[in-house]
Amino acid sequence: MSSAPDPLPGGSYFDHAATTPIKPTAMRVLTEVMPALSNPSSLHGSGRRARLAVDSAREQLARAAGAHSSEVIFTSGGTEADNLAVKGLYWQRRAEDQARRRILLPGIEHHAVLETAEWLEAHEDAELGIIAVDGCGIVDLAALEATLAASADSVALVTVMWANNETGAIQPVAQIGELCARYGVPLHTDAVQAFGSLPAGSAPMSFRDSGAATLAISGHKIGAPVGVGALLVRRDITLTPVLHGGGQERDIRSGTLDVAGICSFAAVAEELVASQAKEAQRLAGLRDQLLDAVVGLEGVTLRGPDPRTHPELRLPNNLHITVDDAEGDSLLFMLDMAGFDTATGSACTAGVPRPSHVLLAMGLSEEQSRGAQRFTLGWTTTERDVAALAAALPAVIAQARSAGMAAARR
Amino acid sequence: MLYLDESAAAPVRREVLEAMWPHLTGYANPSSVHEPGAAASRALEAARAEVARHLNARPAEIIFTSGGTESDNAALKGIALADPRGRHVLISALEHPAVSESAAWLGRLGYEVETVPVDDDGVVTPAALAARLRPDTTLVSIHYANNEVGTIQDIAGLAALCAEQRVPFHTDAVQAAGTLSLDVQALGVSAMSLAGHKLGTPKGTGVLYLRRRTPFEPLIHGGGQQRDLRSGTENVAGAVGMATALQLASQSDVTGLAMRREGFIEAVLARVPGAQLTGHRTRRLAGHASFVLPGRSGESVLLDLERQGIFCSSGSACAAGSSEPSPALSAMGYSPEVAQTAVRFSFGDSVTSEDLDRAAAALPGGGPASQA
Repeated sequence: MSSAPDPLPGGSYFDHAATTPIKPTAMRVLTEVMPALSNPSSLHGSGRRARLAVDSAREQLARAAGAHSSEVIFTSGGTEADNLAVKGLYWQRRAEDQARRRILLPGIEHHAVLETAEWLEAHEDAELGIIAVDGCGIVDLAALEATLAASADSVALVTVMWANNETGAIQPVAQIGELCARYGVPLHTDAVQAFGSLPAGSAPMSFRDSGAATLAISGHKIGAPVGVGALLVRRDITLTPVLHGGGQERDIRSGTLDVAGICSFAAVAEELVASQAKEAQRLAGLRDQLLDAVVGLEGVTLRGPDPRTHPELRLPNNLHITVDDAEGDSLLFMLDMAGFDTATGSACTAGVPRPSHVLLAMGLSEEQSRGAQRFTLGWTTTERDVAALAAALPAVIAQARSAGMAAARR
Repeated sequence: MLYLDESAAAPVRREVLEAMWPHLTGYANPSSVHEPGAAASRALEAARAEVARHLNARPAEIIFTSGGTESDNAALKGIALADPRGRHVLISALEHPAVSESAAWLGRLGYEVETVPVDDDGVVTPAALAARLRPDTTLVSIHYANNEVGTIQDIAGLAALCAEQRVPFHTDAVQAAGTLSLDVQALGVSAMSLAGHKLGTPKGTGVLYLRRRTPFEPLIHGGGQQRDLRSGTENVAGAVGMATALQLASQSDVTGLAMRREGFIEAVLARVPGAQLTGHRTRRLAGHASFVLPGRSGESVLLDLERQGIFCSSGSACAAGSSEPSPALSAMGYSPEVAQTAVRFSFGDSVTSEDLDRAAAALPGGGPASQA
C-alpha cells in the first residue's frame, strides 16, 4: 500500500472548501465508536445499540441545522444528498402531475446538482430553466418570480445553492423559499459549503426557517470524515428514492448506515454551530488581510460579493480572484511549489482545464475566467499562514502574469 | 460468551482500522491538484489496484461505493437503463432487498421482472434459469451465497449460460466475500457487488466490479469522479479499508473453518432430535450452519441459548421481533410453522471446534458437550 498523506497541514493549506482536516471532536468520536466495533462481546445487540447511537446523532444534527430529527436522512455525502433531492423531487412531482417537467436553477450550481439536472434532462424528459444571476453570482429574485408567475404549474422544483463553493456568494435562500412557497413549488438547497460557515451576524442556518423542502449537507466539509452527509427532508415532502433496498431512513434511502461516521458528523456539527459566530469573525479577519494584500495588485480582480461592503453576502473563509493574463493552473502550480495548497475552483472538476461554469454564469468571458484562484480558510488556518501567503502572493502573481504574457506573445 | 452471529454483524478487523487511520486523519480531497491532493489520489488508486488484484480484475473496473446497497442499485439500474434490450430482468427468489427493490423500481419503469425459483436447498439450477432466459433479457442478477441458509450458487455455470446469449450477469457477492473466490474471470460475471462491513471494515464502504464495456448509466451524478461512473468525493480511508480487508480475507483458513462447520452440523444432526439442516448440505458458506427444529419455538431456543451465553439468530434479520415467516425459507418450500423454528449459527476464524461443540450441546436435547 502507498504511504498515507501527511498529518495535519503545516499552515500551507488554503483549500478547506475542497475538504477540511478532520477535527479533534470527530477523531474523539471515531476513537470511541470504532474499537467497540471490533470487539465481539459488544457485537451482540450491536444493531440495537447502533440504532440508538444513530438516533441520538440524528437529534444532535437536527438541533444544529434547525430541523426536526425525523427530517434527517443520512447519506454517503453531499453528492448523494443532492442526487436524492433533485431526482427524488423531480420523479415524485412528475408522478403527481405529468405537466411538471421543469427544473429551475442558476448556472452557478454545484456539479452534483447541475449534472443531476442535466441527466434528468437527457434521460427523464426534464426541461431546465436557468435562473439569472448578477455579476456577483447572486440569484435575480425578480427574474425567478417572473418565471414562477408565468408558469409555476410546469415547474417540478427549484434548486439554488445556499452558498457557492467557488466564490462564496450567499444566496437569499429565505426569500427564494418564500417565493417558491407562494407558487407551491418545492425548493432544494445545496448547503454543503454554507453549513456552519455563515458570516458572523447572520442568523444560524435553520432548515425550518429556510422555506426549503430539502437541504443537503456534507461531513467532510466541516471536519468530519469523508463518506457521510445528510439530506434534510421536510416532513410533508415525499421523495422517490435513488437507493432502494431494506427501507432504512424513512424508506427514502436504503443501505446500512456508517454509524461511526454519522456520530462523528453530528458531534462536529453541534460544536461548529456553537462556535460559528466567533470562528466566522476570525476567518473573515484573516480573509480580509489576504484580500488587502492582493486587491491593489495590477490585473487582480475580486470575484463574487465584496466582503468589505457586504460581508453578509460572502462566506467568511472564501477569497476568489481572477488574474488577467495569467493561467489559474500556473498560479496554482507556483503556489504549490511555494508550499501553499490552493485551487483554481472546484476540486470536483479539477484536472479538467476548462473555464469555471460559475464564473461564466456570472457573465465573465472565458478569457477572464482563465486566471481564477480560490483561497479557502478553515479551522487550522493561523495568522502566520495568512501573513506568509499574503507576503508571497504579489511575487507569484507577477510571475504568473509574465509567464502568461510571454506565452501569449509566442 | 460465545458470539455465533457474524452474518448479522462482523467484527471490524483491527488491522483494517489501523490501515484506515492515517487516511481518516489525512486531509486532502483526491481530486485536488496540489500535493496533498495528489497524495490522497495515489492512496486511492493503490487501494483500487489492490482490490482489482484480489478480484483478478483491472483497476478501471473497480468502482468504490458507499456499500452493498449502493453497489446493487448501481448494477441493476445502471446496466438496465444503459441498455434496456428487451426490458426483461431476471432475479432469484432469494435476493437481498437492495436487488429485489431495485428490480421492482425497474418494474415501475416498464421492465418485466421475473423471479427464478430455487430448489429445496436454495439452489438456482441452470435449468431454472435457462427456462426463463431470453436472447433479449436485459440483465440477470443472482446472489453468490445466501445469508440465511448459507447456500452457494454456481455462479460460473449461471453466468456462462448468460454469456452465451450476451446477457449481462450481476452477482451480489456481499455474503460470499471473505470465504469464496472473487475471481471475476473464473466466475465470468459482468458485475459484482461487495460490502466492506461483511469483510471487517466499518460500514459505509463497498465496491462495484463492472467489467469493461458493460453498458452502464451512473446512479450518482456530479463532479465526475471515478471516471464519471460514481460522482462524489472519494472515501479514501474506506477504499484503503476495503483493500486491507480483502488482503486479510485471502489469508484466512477457509478449509479449516469449513471442517469445523462440518463437525458442528454432524453433531447437531446426530444429537438434536428432529433437527434438519436448511440450505445445501455441502455447497454452503464455510462459517455457516442453519437448522429448523420442527416442533420447537425458534424464539425460545434462541432465548435458551442466550441464557447459556451463546448468541446466534433466527437467520432473517427482518424476522427479528416479527412473526413474519422468512421469505427465503418460504421460497424453499418450508411451511410457516417450520420456518419459524429456524436457528442460524455464523462464525469466523476465531471460533474453535470446542466452542461449536458447546453450542451443539446447548441446543434442546443436545446432551452434554463431549469434553464437558
